[in-house]
Amino acid sequence: MNRRPVFLITMLCFGFAFFYIPILSMMVYSFNASRLATVWGGFSTKWYVSLLSNRQVLKAAVLSLQIAVVSATMATILGTMAGIALARFKRFRGRTLFSGLVTAPLVMPEVITGIASLMLFILMAEWIGWPSQRGFTTVTLAHITFSMVFVTTIIHSRLVQADEAIEEAAMDLGSRPWQVMKDITLPVISPAILSGWLLAFTISLDDVVITNFTTGPGTTTLPILIWSKVKLGVTPDINALATITVCIVGIGVAIAGWILNRGEKRRDRDAQLAYQANEG
Amino acid sequence: MAEAHRDTPLQRWFNRKGWINVTIATPYIWLIFFFLLPFVIVLAMSFATRTPTAPPFSFGGEYPLLNTDHYARLFQDDLYIRAYLISITNAGFATVMCLLVGYPMALGLTRVSKSWRNVLLMLVILPFWTSFLLRVYAWMGLMGSNSWFNKLVTGAYNWVVPSDWALRYIPMMNTNFAVVLVTVYSYLPFMILPLFANLEKLDRTLDEAAMDLGSRPARVFFDVTLPLSVPGIIAGSMLVFIPASGELIIPSLVGSSSRPMIGRVIADEFTSARSWPMASAVAVALLVLLVVPLMLYTYYEGKSHEKAKEEAS
Repeated sequence: MNRRPVFLITMLCFGFAFFYIPILSMMVYSFNASRLATVWGGFSTKWYVSLLSNRQVLKAAVLSLQIAVVSATMATILGTMAGIALARFKRFRGRTLFSGLVTAPLVMPEVITGIASLMLFILMAEWIGWPSQRGFTTVTLAHITFSMVFVTTIIHSRLVQADEAIEEAAMDLGSRPWQVMKDITLPVISPAILSGWLLAFTISLDDVVITNFTTGPGTTTLPILIWSKVKLGVTPDINALATITVCIVGIGVAIAGWILNRGEKRRDRDAQLAYQANEG
Repeated sequence: MAEAHRDTPLQRWFNRKGWINVTIATPYIWLIFFFLLPFVIVLAMSFATRTPTAPPFSFGGEYPLLNTDHYARLFQDDLYIRAYLISITNAGFATVMCLLVGYPMALGLTRVSKSWRNVLLMLVILPFWTSFLLRVYAWMGLMGSNSWFNKLVTGAYNWVVPSDWALRYIPMMNTNFAVVLVTVYSYLPFMILPLFANLEKLDRTLDEAAMDLGSRPARVFFDVTLPLSVPGIIAGSMLVFIPASGELIIPSLVGSSSRPMIGRVIADEFTSARSWPMASAVAVALLVLLVVPLMLYTYYEGKSHEKAKEEAS
């Protein structure tokens, strides 16, 4: 069947135009000299200059990165544990509740998670005196909780697909379960752990709603800063900020894709070589 | 085994059995404390009474056990019912639009060559890695009354309709149309990716067989491909519908403020009105509404995991 699926290709083109035209338009307008963000008034890079000399923005960006690194690391540890527990330990008490707890946050409307976490933190401060004020700690705790389940999903699906035969072989040869976990399972899922960390990192870096509820005075992350600005309307320096973000992400994803692709190609080649050697 | 003698009892416990308990218990306790407990608090709070103290609630008083006033208000004040209806309609429209645009795209992705597919998949995921907020913001620039996009659409509109109906610009911002459009834009990857994962696994020999037996492509699609992709359709639709119905950012930035969606109502009750019990009651009601979609999603997800496991073993 070599008919070209014209309709499907057209839809793909239309879809990608839909995805990228707004972003491209925003990037073009970041070089707009006019203060009116939607009317073209000549080329200028002044918004980039004003953005990069804005202390508030830089401070918020650094804070966002700090929160993202801490919460992504914790979320990866907890999420990997949960993924292993679900994929490899078939029977334990409360397994049904556990699998519900790792699926629900994936689709829970963020407003609800936000107010629920905020009430927990306020009541904790009331009853046990910790965390005494909302800020870095509370935001990080909330981010860990809702990003760890994404890590779990990645680890779980990777483990379900992975061949258990190697682990069973190691067991048959006398390895202890913990040794098998440490020497075989964890190395096998290490790429999944890395992509889980990256996902948790971007989720934390991107979050507005839950941060908005769990943060306190003085702790302004970059998305919260942008949020408070764009609520008032379109401003050219946000266009510049968006352009920088898109460029950083684009370059990062391109590099990651290239590395993954190369690894896959090498694996295919190695498998082929091994196969040929076996045949010969 | 010489090493074993140097191990402390704790290490021996850990190596034998302990690591399994630790692996299960750590995330379990974490989720119970930071995810389940907050929801129990929300549920309890929805039966509390609002007070001017800090924190602003109390149990008891006039109502010795449970205060159900806030649930009663959900039905009395049409603000809430209207907000629910608007949320569900907007989310429903957005889900259908995502399906109509996303399904052909996902199917198209399974038909292109492997190297193209990797690049295009990357392009689907790429917007997802950039800020959600900035993607919504991009549309604020496009929909404004004197933007090039609005002029383009207005021009097209004026060209189609009789000259009596001609408009200077189309009011797009602060409407439900804007909310649906931006929701589709933001959530489309969530529809495409599960659909693609599902369609990719389908056995192409099936539709080739149907073709060989003389079925037309359209028949093959409706008789073979579409029924087999139902799990993907449900997963994608739930991934769009559930968060879209509770969405806060999109309606706050491009939606109508006089007719708020339910997410906005919860946030306003909580922050502006400082009524924790009312906000909690609205949140519980939203969850009740979403229980069916949530169960559907979990059920199909669980089934697809089991299937993957069977295939792997």
